[in-house]
Amino acid sequence: MASVGGKSFLDNLGKIYAIYTLGFIFFVIALGIGEQMGMSNAAIGYTYMGITIGLYAVIGISSRTAKASEYYVAGRSVPALFNGMATGSDWMSAASFIGMAGTIFGLGYDGLAYIMGWTGGYVLLAVFLGPYLRKFGQFTIPDFLGARFGGHAARTVGIIAAITASFTYLIAQVTGVGIIMSRFLGLDFTVGVFVGLLGILVCSMLGGMKAVTWTQVAQYIILIIAYLIPPTVMSYKTTGVPVSEIMYGQILQKIDAKEKQINADAKEAEVRELWKQAAAKLDADIKGLPSSLDAKKADLTAKIAALTPETPAAEKEKLEKELKGLPKDAEEAKEKWTAAKTAAAGKSKPIKPYIEPFARLDMKNMLALTFCLMVGTAGLPHILMRYYTVPSVKDARISCGWSLFFIFLLYFTAPAYAAFARDTVLSNIVGLPIASLPAWMANWAKVGLVSFKDINGDGILQFYELTIMPDAIVLAMPEMAGLPYVISGLVAAGGLAAALSTADGLLLTISNALSHDLYYKMINPNASILKRLTVSRILLVITAIVSAWVATFKLTIIVELVAWAFSIAAASFFPALVMGIWDKRSNKAGALAGMWVGFLSCVIYMVGSRFYGLDIWGIRTISSGLFGIPLGFIVCYVVSRMTAPPSQELQDFVESVRIPKGAAQAHED
Amino acid sequence: MAEELKGLDKQKLQDYWKYNVRLTTFTLAIWFVVTYVCSALSPQLNEIVILGFPMGYYMGAQGSLIIFVWLIFNYAFKMNKADKDYGVEEEE
Repeated sequence: MASVGGKSFLDNLGKIYAIYTLGFIFFVIALGIGEQMGMSNAAIGYTYMGITIGLYAVIGISSRTAKASEYYVAGRSVPALFNGMATGSDWMSAASFIGMAGTIFGLGYDGLAYIMGWTGGYVLLAVFLGPYLRKFGQFTIPDFLGARFGGHAARTVGIIAAITASFTYLIAQVTGVGIIMSRFLGLDFTVGVFVGLLGILVCSMLGGMKAVTWTQVAQYIILIIAYLIPPTVMSYKTTGVPVSEIMYGQILQKIDAKEKQINADAKEAEVRELWKQAAAKLDADIKGLPSSLDAKKADLTAKIAALTPETPAAEKEKLEKELKGLPKDAEEAKEKWTAAKTAAAGKSKPIKPYIEPFARLDMKNMLALTFCLMVGTAGLPHILMRYYTVPSVKDARISCGWSLFFIFLLYFTAPAYAAFARDTVLSNIVGLPIASLPAWMANWAKVGLVSFKDINGDGILQFYELTIMPDAIVLAMPEMAGLPYVISGLVAAGGLAAALSTADGLLLTISNALSHDLYYKMINPNASILKRLTVSRILLVITAIVSAWVATFKLTIIVELVAWAFSIAAASFFPALVMGIWDKRSNKAGALAGMWVGFLSCVIYMVGSRFYGLDIWGIRTISSGLFGIPLGFIVCYVVSRMTAPPSQELQDFVESVRIPKGAAQAHED
Repeated sequence: MAEELKGLDKQKLQDYWKYNVRLTTFTLAIWFVVTYVCSALSPQLNEIVILGFPMGYYMGAQGSLIIFVWLIFNYAFKMNKADKDYGVEEEE
């Protein structure tokens, strides 16, 4: 293993990873046997985490390098297919792995915006950017902006956008690592974050892109195995055919019928009526602010004061907790209660059909979201960077195809995953007596991913008495399907692989932007390779620690920020990159103006719509890029034409980027 | 950086780029129809049901994805061939 990335390694890639895959499958089977023989869940969890992180560490350490081209672009020696796999796991984050199926479970048809958005973006990447960036053949995305638009200004904007987009995304991954670690190993969240951090650093620090690439391939294999097994078994159990992607058609029909049945049920109507009353009460409370909040406070305080020493401590605790849980001021109360009211109002209406388009997002917003996710995908620097690592322009083109193919394997299974889970909930869970609900529900209720309450007091679980958080779908599926714990552990290992691989890529993007673009290109161009790599490694560690530190605050806004990162990347990077390649007349002034206008208009709409009630055509915050993207293009085009054309040299540069001939070869420094 | 341009036939370069623009336009046109037109028409497409799949739902969940994968490979193979046809391929 000492020569990971070396010639004999590259010549035998297929064999090496085939052996690795088989080895991993045997490992899972062995653990399964261990479980039958009485191995505890905790032992299984630790074995999974220990072995997989250990594997990544071995690959990471044996890929150490002192060559700049290997550290930054894996020596440009990654074959198209393997770069596709690495891109797949680089791309698929904790959110894709754990959250996607759950999002579709909740949003029905409208959740498909994520499926189309996060795959269709690769078409844009393949025709607009990937091959051309490979021809350009430097180390980073700001490199391209610097070369094409001359000077440090464009590079600087590139650095800022790359870091903003990557850093928010990174925090979400680190948070994901912490959650998985704490749930499956019972570690404290903060400890989990820092253990995961070691797993990330050991992969990227010594070998840079080279190490990250070969670990990402290994991580892809684990995550795809882990993702595909539960729905396949579920499909076999429910329909007799182990191909969930084809069989869930009939499940969709079953869901539709079941939803109609639930909507017609009298007990269900009773629960909906209770929610309606709850919503009305909340509405009255909101209208009565601030006195309604004061009244609640006074009421609880009086109740606590009236307690006699004989009352059980539990009751006192409950009241005190309730008092503590009240909003601090009228403003917070308004936000909290409005959210609760919206939720209650949603549960007061009959279920909207799962397969009906635009039932939960209107058509305009669904299409806008799809568009922003697509363009964002094609503008994320940690993904674009991967196309520098293949040996040729030809390979870059093919590699875009392989990337999407490997992503496709997970994404076209996600809706099947969601459908089988929804069918289980509607057909097998709803209608059960509360006392005899399956054990997995209580387990996941403990960590707050599932909650249920007998609102109408009939002892039976109605649909709207149950709340399932999106993350629970993938995590709880093995138990829903009645699979042994070894598969639950496998799913956790897969989620961890997804989070770690994305974190690796992001971390590298950030530290490269700082060490290569800022330090080497702008501050100290005479730095030796050794010095550059040392700076890069130090920055890598610092970035990792800062991100872990931010993650320990568990800010609830992180999930939202990730979606923002897409719009920011889409509005700032994408127009400048595309214009740089496709429009010879675009110049420095145009690109700078375009990037700033795109970036700012996107951020203004985000902050404005999220916090200050700004609203244009009812577009939601998550699709803020809808305005920034076209503005970025238009401003770049117009300003370029109002100012002097780029030099002949730069125009020739554009010509040269457009043809594959003359591309930098593999293993060149 | 631009040395590779020397000695290349200007006309051929232009034709190569034109071919690329045509293929790109074709790819994007299909991409647009599959994503946006199909989504906008999904209530109507849902009337057709095959193997239990309402077609509007199916296009969003699987159909579009399969076409995306095909589009990229199609573009890649055609461009890789065009490189040779127009004499702008990379040195091996």
